Amino acid sequence: MSDNSESRQACAAPAVRFSGAVSLLDRFPALAGVDLTINEREIVLLKGPNGAGKSTLLRLCAGLAPLSEGAGAVLGFDVGDRSQRRQVRRHTGLLAHDTFLYDELTVEDNIRFWVKANRIDPDTVEPVMERLGLGARLRTVKVGHVSAGQRRRTSLAVLVCRKPRLWLLDEPHAGLDANGRDFVDNLARHASAFGATIILASHDLNRAVDIATRVVTIAGGLIRHDEQVGTHLHNSDAASDTMGPLPSWDPESSNRDDQ
Amino acid sequence: MIRDAWLMASKDLRIEMSSRVLTGQVLPFGSLMLILFGVAVSPDLAVVGDARRSVLQEVAPGLFWLAVLLSALMALTRAFGVEASDGSLDAIRMAGLDPAGVFLGKALAVAIQLLAIEMVLGLGALVVFDVSIAQRLLLVAVVLFATAGISLAGVLYSAMVAGLRSRDTLVPLLVLPVLAPVLLAATIATRDALFVSAEANGTMWTTMLVVFSLLYLAVGILAFGSLLEES
Repeated sequence: MSDNSESRQACAAPAVRFSGAVSLLDRFPALAGVDLTINEREIVLLKGPNGAGKSTLLRLCAGLAPLSEGAGAVLGFDVGDRSQRRQVRRHTGLLAHDTFLYDELTVEDNIRFWVKANRIDPDTVEPVMERLGLGARLRTVKVGHVSAGQRRRTSLAVLVCRKPRLWLLDEPHAGLDANGRDFVDNLARHASAFGATIILASHDLNRAVDIATRVVTIAGGLIRHDEQVGTHLHNSDAASDTMGPLPSWDPESSNRDDQ
Repeated sequence: MIRDAWLMASKDLRIEMSSRVLTGQVLPFGSLMLILFGVAVSPDLAVVGDARRSVLQEVAPGLFWLAVLLSALMALTRAFGVEASDGSLDAIRMAGLDPAGVFLGKALAVAIQLLAIEMVLGLGALVVFDVSIAQRLLLVAVVLFATAGISLAGVLYSAMVAGLRSRDTLVPLLVLPVLAPVLLAATIATRDALFVSAEANGTMWTTMLVVFSLLYLAVGILAFGSLLEES
């Protein structure tokens, strides 16, 4: 681990801490001994080639991938322990390659189902849908009929409604146009400012580096490089469980997506 | 658990109503099988015993339940197909839904679809096989408990292969042998409900269906959490 990350650990409680973390997927070591500490409110960009272990690291943080060897704690939960791994899932939000949506249900039905499943106040749905440009005619369209960008946006709406403490974004810019990508960047900054920790894996490096406070390079299931590139955004309301007024989706972007 | 079960069941039923797979594919498939069974076993083939029933009438309960079972495979494959197609099983795990609730909700949704299939196929069977019902209460009990058994055991085994690419072909391989006792008990009990005879013992076979259902209800509630983690 670099000196940089150790000094950061001293100034804030770690949201994620792995020591020699190995994660086996069908006996293949997708992570082969990761040492990594991420402090609260950091926006960490994970970069690396395909198959480097970025997605597995995000799934490990989400409590979805097994910790086969080593030690790991996420938001204070020991992810090596099966019952604690289940508990950490409630506090993390994962935007993955899969969008976790049902093609046959409408945009609104999908969001409302996952809000109920996550035991979230249903009143949060409407403002989030409005902010993400899903409140107009799009709400009644089946997810199987919307564009990839709109599908991604619906998935993002569920994530925002969950208000997770740890945001895990796997290629969050994929399938989005320029305005959509701006929105994702603003959302990540906003969530970080209000107390969330963000880990994103992206190949869109120019854009992702702009919002990241730290860049971690991963290859062959190991951390190869760890560098701080920015400073944290703080907000005085960070201790509250609200996220403040969300950034809005640019309607111009929505119109283009609809076509 | 009950809340999560209802949430899953209502979501699955909304998906089925929206996709119309039940009305557009499963029911036509089951109806086609009934007709083909009727064609394959000629009503004039022979007369069985003193009761003067044709072979087709004699085998009607078995053919009906076979048609139901094969139709159920389509519903069971879809039950987890919709979850696996876009990674929703991960989201279910992350939402912290009660695994027992997920199991019961899935089974309830499949059971409701099966009851709809059985009503349509049952009416079709009365016409195609030219049979009438002697003991209605017994038949209702047989249908309810056989449906419960098929749904509970079927959902449990479908969940085992939910995360596999080859789940569509594995579900029949796993589920059909497990449901053989249901097919046997439901066939004999249904025959007793259709034809009154001295040796009829429909109650015993219905009891077997109840035991089978309770067994898989208990196993499902206890084991579904582990299955959900592994799938």
